[in-house]
Amino acid sequence: MRKETVLNAFVLFVLLAVPLWALQADEPFIITLATKAVIFAIAGVGLNFALGLGGLVSLGHAAFFGIGGYTMGILASHAQSYSAVIEWPIVIEGTSSMPIIWLTAVLFSGVFALIIGALSLRTSGVYFIMITLAFGQMLFFFMISWPTYGGEDGLVIYVRNGFPGLNTLDPIQFFGICFALLCLVLLVVSRIAKSSFGLALGGARQNEERMQAIGMVPYRLYLIAFTISGAITGLAGALFADLNRFVSPTMFSWQTSGEIMVFIILGGMGRLFGPVVGAALFILLEHLLGGLSEFWHIYLGAILLGVVLFARGGLIQLIVGREISHD
Amino acid sequence: MSLILLIEQVLNGLQFGVMLFLMAAGLTLIFGVMGLINLAHGSFYMIGAFAAAATAAATGSFLLALVASLVAAAAAGAIVEMTVIRRLYTRDHLDQVLATFALILIFSEGTRWMFGSFPLFLEIPEYLSGPIRLPFGIEYPQYRLAIIAVGLIVAGGLFALIAKTRIGIQIRAGESDREMIAALGVDISKLYTFVFALGAALAGIAGALIGAIQSVQVGMGEPVLILAFVVIVIGGIGSIKGALLGALLVGLTDTLAGFLLPKAFGLIMDAAAATSVGSSLASMSIYILMAGVLLFKPTGLFGST
Repeated sequence: MRKETVLNAFVLFVLLAVPLWALQADEPFIITLATKAVIFAIAGVGLNFALGLGGLVSLGHAAFFGIGGYTMGILASHAQSYSAVIEWPIVIEGTSSMPIIWLTAVLFSGVFALIIGALSLRTSGVYFIMITLAFGQMLFFFMISWPTYGGEDGLVIYVRNGFPGLNTLDPIQFFGICFALLCLVLLVVSRIAKSSFGLALGGARQNEERMQAIGMVPYRLYLIAFTISGAITGLAGALFADLNRFVSPTMFSWQTSGEIMVFIILGGMGRLFGPVVGAALFILLEHLLGGLSEFWHIYLGAILLGVVLFARGGLIQLIVGREISHD
Repeated sequence: MSLILLIEQVLNGLQFGVMLFLMAAGLTLIFGVMGLINLAHGSFYMIGAFAAAATAAATGSFLLALVASLVAAAAAGAIVEMTVIRRLYTRDHLDQVLATFALILIFSEGTRWMFGSFPLFLEIPEYLSGPIRLPFGIEYPQYRLAIIAVGLIVAGGLFALIAKTRIGIQIRAGESDREMIAALGVDISKLYTFVFALGAALAGIAGALIGAIQSVQVGMGEPVLILAFVVIVIGGIGSIKGALLGALLVGLTDTLAGFLLPKAFGLIMDAAAATSVGSSLASMSIYILMAGVLLFKPTGLFGST
């Protein structure tokens, strides 16, 4: 077995063992931290699909995270007040059922990713970075100035949405749901990465001209990757909103986009488990350094700078060494 | 709707645009010459504002405060260039984005640590406070008019520096062929430090000038930075002319959309709905402008393909 596979299995084991230990020790706060790490990991896996596999440096993934969050917020707030989301041309009621909310979140963030991607992918390189950033800001300002769903104050959902057969308000059960979704997302992403589409996408990242020469259309490959990537990040947004039972325009802020990217870099870019390791490390740092000093972002900045300048490949590369690559 | 109000809004848009130009000019110069995308540019804006507020509080002189903002931002720019940025020129854009994102975290939290979380205030000097009477009975704040003037003078100076001076020739040469001017005996690393410090100084003075209208606080730089990105995407990355045109377009669009759209919707729906629809659309207007420009010219108005 490859060293990285062993590490990946170990990471999943730790991620599952820590909250189970916390359950024994009666530390619900640690379960919540682990849930947060798992949700951030899903968001990171989403961005990593575009960034690591397709080489698309998107600084606007907070948009999809926020759309996922607001999908949950809007549906659940209507269910809370027994009112319809829209009444014309067809009546759509709110819902507090998690599976329906997830599907809607994936659908909406996917559609938005398709639109934003179709426009942004007309450009490349540094333009692409700035344009995705700008589209993220556009939605951020829209959410702030749109008064229907709370505007700047956001929306509070009083009861966590339900999942058939489970008590979602129990921290360990909600963690279980998020963990299962993370495993599902990882499985899907690893399958897509090995499919002919994934191979073509990796090819386009490495050499666009050659892919064109063998009849592929890079724009189409990138757009599909960007859409899938946005949809996964949207799912994470819906879960994050359910974790906090609160959504606000902060989910759309560009710092969120930056942080999702930081998960990937801390763990290791382009690796399946990079964002998982990175998100767990981020939560750990936030918890440990945040306890040391209220200015813990200085240390985070210094660590990030160190990783970018001297340890490209992140924590996974430090442990298992360079990837056996076919580049 | 009176014409006078409209003219005032146009002046406000102009003032906003001129400030955006000071930010965007530095960004686009740094990208044009060094090929670097710098997210930490907003931090220099913040450093300029804080340096000005601290100096004004200590000495009471607004002019000294402006000088301090230039010096502090340029010094911060030069130090950062020599310690961190220099290592990033050969890296890809992703590394540049991440490293400069890390710099933002360090600068913002560092400033919060030094000055605390509460906003500082920078007073408009006595001789510039109060309105000025313009032709046609328009009254306009003197200070805002002064900002437009200072901005235009700095813009003119920048164009002269790049078009007429020896260092300007080197900058333009650096944009078109880095290796060649190094081979011709220009100390390229000194030139890079100079360009970076110049861009930082422009951002710093913009921060100080705006700091007197708004409050001086941590995180003030990033919203402006993102607008400056929109400006240079519209104008074409690397083009100073494009940055000027883009900045004025964005400044005017943002101000006039916020003013006109709620009124326009007021003609077809009731007042409360018009205000909410109008202001939501207005907040998105510059991004719609950007998307529109990109549909027709993916490399911006003055960008090279």
